[in-house]
Amino acid sequence: MALVEDNNKGRPSRAPFSEWFWPAVSTALKTLGSIAVTLVGLLFVTFIIGRVMPIDPVLAIVGERASQSTYDAVYDQLGLDKPLIVQFLYYLWDVLHLDFGTSLLNARPVSEDIARVFPATLELATLGIIFGVVLGVPLGVLAAVRKGSWIDQVARVVALVGYSMPIFWLGLMGLLIFYGILGWVGGPGRVGIFYVDVVPSVTGLILVDAALDGNWDVFKNAFSHIILPASLLGYFSLAYISRMTRSFMLEQLSAEYITTARVKGMSEWNVVWKHAFKNIRVQLITVIALSYANLLEGSVLTEIIFSWPGIGSYITTALLSADMNAVLGGTVVVGLIFILLNIFSDLLYKVFDPRAK
Amino acid sequence: MAETQTLRQWLLTDTPSSRRHAKLSALYQGWLSFRANTMAMIGLWILVVLVLVAIAAPLIAPHDPFVQSLGDRLAPLGTEGHVLGTDSLGRDILSRLIYGARITLYIVALVALIAPVAGLLVGTVAGYVGGWTDTVLMRITDIFLAFPRLVLALAFVAALGAGIENAVLAISLTAWPPYARIARAETLTIRTSDYISAIKLQGAGPLRIITKHIWPLCISSLIVRVTLDMAGIILAAAGLGFLGLGAQPPSPEWGAMISEGRRFILDHWWVATMPGLAIFTVSLAFNLLGDGLRDVLDPKAGE
Repeated sequence: MALVEDNNKGRPSRAPFSEWFWPAVSTALKTLGSIAVTLVGLLFVTFIIGRVMPIDPVLAIVGERASQSTYDAVYDQLGLDKPLIVQFLYYLWDVLHLDFGTSLLNARPVSEDIARVFPATLELATLGIIFGVVLGVPLGVLAAVRKGSWIDQVARVVALVGYSMPIFWLGLMGLLIFYGILGWVGGPGRVGIFYVDVVPSVTGLILVDAALDGNWDVFKNAFSHIILPASLLGYFSLAYISRMTRSFMLEQLSAEYITTARVKGMSEWNVVWKHAFKNIRVQLITVIALSYANLLEGSVLTEIIFSWPGIGSYITTALLSADMNAVLGGTVVVGLIFILLNIFSDLLYKVFDPRAK
Repeated sequence: MAETQTLRQWLLTDTPSSRRHAKLSALYQGWLSFRANTMAMIGLWILVVLVLVAIAAPLIAPHDPFVQSLGDRLAPLGTEGHVLGTDSLGRDILSRLIYGARITLYIVALVALIAPVAGLLVGTVAGYVGGWTDTVLMRITDIFLAFPRLVLALAFVAALGAGIENAVLAISLTAWPPYARIARAETLTIRTSDYISAIKLQGAGPLRIITKHIWPLCISSLIVRVTLDMAGIILAAAGLGFLGLGAQPPSPEWGAMISEGRRFILDHWWVATMPGLAIFTVSLAFNLLGDGLRDVLDPKAGE
């Protein structure tokens, strides 16, 4: 009897190397191919957007009073006399070298600007996803385990409200209540005005920089500024993550192996966490990667509400001042990250979930 | 009373006497199970009220939504004659919300027409024709599906110029791919079924098969998806309006109203709060309705 139980506990032995390695490689190659196609597709769309733009790129450079010959020279220099497909190839070449042109506003390379503002968005979205995962996963699991109970109802309402709430409005209300009335958090911006540029920028993430510098005053101040926008973003990913966790868990909990485990007399804790939860981990990581990508996008509106100097603010400021290079550069970068996260989650699923093969 | 009773019995019969009878009976039974869902009914009622308000806007709005009255600017809630207060130009917020319902419904209706129809076309053609057509169309769909929607809509609007119609176009351009996926999946399962082969043997061409026999079967899952998407469409439209890329001032679009009220948020909170509540209520209503419809029309997709 004891022997049989031991066998049940042991993991199934792994298939021989060649049996799983080559299929994995072929999946990887196929995925790489589809990454390439999707990326070129993204660039093609932004390229077309750039072409139909009502703004004359030549005029933007030479100014209104340039002579016709200067205009023509710049026109040729920009390659606008070439066929569209050739122009697209030029564009591809530039983007591959991370060259998004120069900003019309400040004449700096767009890529430099994006590199400067991106850490702010990264910091915000990362804190947001941590918040969403830490609260959303347990909430979803509980809601599934106690299906129909009050906690399930709470989870349902939380998700429903999250799906229906305009994020920028919730941000405004948060500012009004927690900053304006209660004064619990710092206001808009990343740090208070007295703390700007106090710590040397190493990573661009203020919380990390302050901690590296050992300057806890700055850390505290930065934290009081980031906590509200990050929890708001986190709330939106919580809504999605908890809902998905719940439905994954319900699927597992209705499976026969769970009944078997319960019949064997296994404790409910072990049934839920060691059996059911273990089997949804891959699906869950997929969902988390997707909501991380969505957070990057959701941060566009949040950043404006909180005057957060990230990529969302950058794109919208550029939009309103008709700085097309900056808009398209920002769109490409956000799109790239979005697509890569999408593909990453897809790939993860294919590699680690045997059923997906 | 007796007549309604018989109508009810006629609708609930187990032995329909004609095709139309069976159809009506199925509809009625769907309605009965939908009606049992309280939350979905609440959503439906909110939307019915919204539509009525939008239609009757000139009759029920207490003030002209565009008339400025700087003497009454930023009046708080409950002010005589301005139940929801006034904005920074002294315009009545309630009246602006009532007229704004028209804009919201207009945007939602347009997107709900354009995106699913485009998706249905692409999806059924890809699914039915198969081969290279399928590969290319689905690859394009995947590309659009992989885009960040709001950012792409931003870029589109930037290219096309700000305005409601362009916002609708931008949202539709980013909203169609999921419909194409659904329509294709439905088509693939229907295509190989026996009754399609039977129709083919009767001499029906691909156009007739797609329009008469495949589209009707895709509709129910598309309707569910559209209803669930409405909330997202409203939020996206409001977001564009908030950024100043959708409806232009002085239009009483709800997102644009929030953007106007944002400057006074700390001192005059109601200016931005009221339109936000309106957006929230309507998109909540669509979510509730969508959940209910899904349970009736597409029970497999629910939990």
